Amino acid sequence: MAVTLTSSAADRVQKFLIQRASGVGLRLGVRTSGCSGLAYTLEFADEFNADDIKFESCGVTVLVDPKSLAYLDGTELDFVREGLNEGFKFNNPNIKNQCGCGESFNV
Amino acid sequence: MALLQIFEPGMSTAPHQHRLAVGIDLGTTNSLVASVRNGVSAVINDEQGRGLLPSVARYSVDGPVEVGYGAQAKQSEDPHNTIVSVKRFMGRGLSDLQKTIDTPYRFVDAPGMVQIKTAAGVKSPVEVSADVLKTLRVRAETALGGDLVGAVITVPAYFDDAQRQATKDAAKLAGINVLRLLNEPTAAAVAYGLDNASEGVYAVYDLGGGTFDISILRLTRGVFEVLATNGDSALGGDDFDQRIYCWILEQTKLSSLGAHDVRLLLTKAREAKEALTKHPETAITAVLSTGQIVDLILTSLSFAGMTENLVNKTLSPTRKAMRDAGLGIEDIKGVVMVGGSTRMPHVRRAVGEFFLQNPLTNLDPDKVVAIGASIQANILAGNRSADEMLLLDVIPLSLGIETMGGITEKIIPRNSTIPAARAQKFTTFKDGQTAMMIHVLQGERELVSDCRSLAKFELRGIPPMVAGAARILVTFQVDADGLLSVSAREQSTDVETRVEVKPSYGLSDVEITRMLQDSYLYAQEDMAARTLREQQTEGNRLLEATESAVAESGGALLTAKELADISLAMATLRETIAGDNHRAIKMAAESLNQVTSDFAARRMDMSVRQALSGHRLEEIAASL
Ligand SMILES: Nc1ncnc2c1ncn2[C@@H]1O[C@H](COP(=O)(O)OP(=O)(O)OP(=O)(O)O)[C@@H](O)[C@H]1O
Ligand SMILES: [Mg+2]
Repeated sequence: MAVTLTSSAADRVQKFLIQRASGVGLRLGVRTSGCSGLAYTLEFADEFNADDIKFESCGVTVLVDPKSLAYLDGTELDFVREGLNEGFKFNNPNIKNQCGCGESFNV
Repeated sequence: MALLQIFEPGMSTAPHQHRLAVGIDLGTTNSLVASVRNGVSAVINDEQGRGLLPSVARYSVDGPVEVGYGAQAKQSEDPHNTIVSVKRFMGRGLSDLQKTIDTPYRFVDAPGMVQIKTAAGVKSPVEVSADVLKTLRVRAETALGGDLVGAVITVPAYFDDAQRQATKDAAKLAGINVLRLLNEPTAAAVAYGLDNASEGVYAVYDLGGGTFDISILRLTRGVFEVLATNGDSALGGDDFDQRIYCWILEQTKLSSLGAHDVRLLLTKAREAKEALTKHPETAITAVLSTGQIVDLILTSLSFAGMTENLVNKTLSPTRKAMRDAGLGIEDIKGVVMVGGSTRMPHVRRAVGEFFLQNPLTNLDPDKVVAIGASIQANILAGNRSADEMLLLDVIPLSLGIETMGGITEKIIPRNSTIPAARAQKFTTFKDGQTAMMIHVLQGERELVSDCRSLAKFELRGIPPMVAGAARILVTFQVDADGLLSVSAREQSTDVETRVEVKPSYGLSDVEITRMLQDSYLYAQEDMAARTLREQQTEGNRLLEATESAVAESGGALLTAKELADISLAMATLRETIAGDNHRAIKMAAESLNQVTSDFAARRMDMSVRQALSGHRLEEIAASL
């Protein structure tokens, strides 16, 4: 079981964490909502939770709670630029279909 | 497909509900938009990677308005329709402008605010600003991938109600919801995190393209109070370009250049100036339309020398601001540098020497204002935890109403934190008065004629009562953007009137600063003027009362000699009221009081007798 970051995503996260000057890593998660039932969450982590599963990817600590991991296993987080817009993108092998917005999905 | 951003712990929003908020620095020369993404505030660049958007709009007969670099490039080619520095016209009437600036524009006088005739029709400064803002909004929405919930827009600290309202109107026209207007120096201080720093006094030194502003701010419990502002609305980077341009002419002995060559050399001058912040010397080369060649080397040393007087010109307003704030250099805890021109090393050096400390320069000086605004916008949009303190602002000039005798009664003093609401009670001056004029004023001086009139409205339907019996509660409310609404209510009857103060436009920056300075300068004179007005009002009241008493019962109760004495005393009082000696008025009023005291006693007796004669004794006893 694993969740990984591309090197460009890791670079960015590391930079943001340094600028933020606090935080233990990056937390990925899934929660119910959105047009396709599930949605990703992407947050800075200030502390570890007891049941967190921890991954190290390109020097970044990634935290996922066990429930979310079931939906996220094998996911690669990428950082991309599309025109003026730039941000993170989940490449998740588990999903069947996703809403055009890319923020919510279905497994 | 939308790209995701990293949120603060627990702050992830539901899909499609990111609360996208930006900060906008709507500058005279350049404008910027910034936003907090992934916990970091950054300026949003255009497709070419440029952060700055020249605040220039060009209007043509057919075709859309062009905003930014493209419009700026056509400035000399199409001067009438290419509007630059429109910020100077916001909330200004034509009469305010004529004396100040020479521009190529075809101004149209309009009630409230001046308008400009262009190929695409008559445009108001609000519309031109809206076109600049719209460009920034579209840029932000493309970059952030969604609609904005709102923006914090910055304005100079000395902007008055009219200019703030005009800025808000422009945002509305551009489809932007204004979360708050924020003072530029306050935004710069926020960008440096000073709102989290220890309490104290900070100076914000802002040298931009065409204007210089110095602000002295005091931070207490998360609130920035503007202690003093000063500046020079015609001093900035452009003047440094001009100096280099003159130097080029001196060196090459060129003269009488065409418009095109002038512009070319000014551009070269500006490039040289900017290069000299990083290099000890730079080459200036150009081929003029006449075929003449310019090929010079300018060193930073000689550049510093030829512009030293310009740098010194910023120090005298700085000194004045310090004096107005009543502070010494040792009171200043930090100095924030704002504006592209503060990149020049000799400017930094001079400011450092003046304040006896190194100024803060690690943020990009032309971005700090937008960055601070975006931090504030992010908090206001609810993207940060609620326990973070919201930064408050203060009102720049006192607000009050006119009372009897042309005296200003302050209701909300300047530097009150906003939003603010204050109420004060007033009463009627005359018997049977059924209406009251509420005249809303802005300024620090005691006399109405020295303050600025913001609005006038009438409270009608007051039931007729004796003078002084009506209780009229006047409430002033200033919202978070510094905009005012006033209501007046007669409390015994609940008759109420209210106005949103949409000010009559027309006070210049210089005037605002002058009004503030005058208030210090004339504090003593004003007190004297106030005393005079009070005595005059008091005297008139006495005259009126005596006149009606004499008319009513003078014939029955006064001897000819007494009547003559009273008339003489009244004439003396009338005479002193017309003069300006408040002591003389007081004395004349006292002697009128003296000569009428017997008369007053007799009138009293008579009214008691009249009262008695109409009633039976038991009644009177019962009522005692
Ligand atoms: N490296 C540099 N060295 C010297 N001057 C510079 C440098 N970079 C920018 N400037 C100058 O900064 C000025 C523009 O500053 P800024 O963008 O802060 O102005 P603005 O805020 O739009 O104008 P204003 O404050 O007058 O409204 C220009 O005169 C420009 O030449
Ligand atoms: Mg500026």
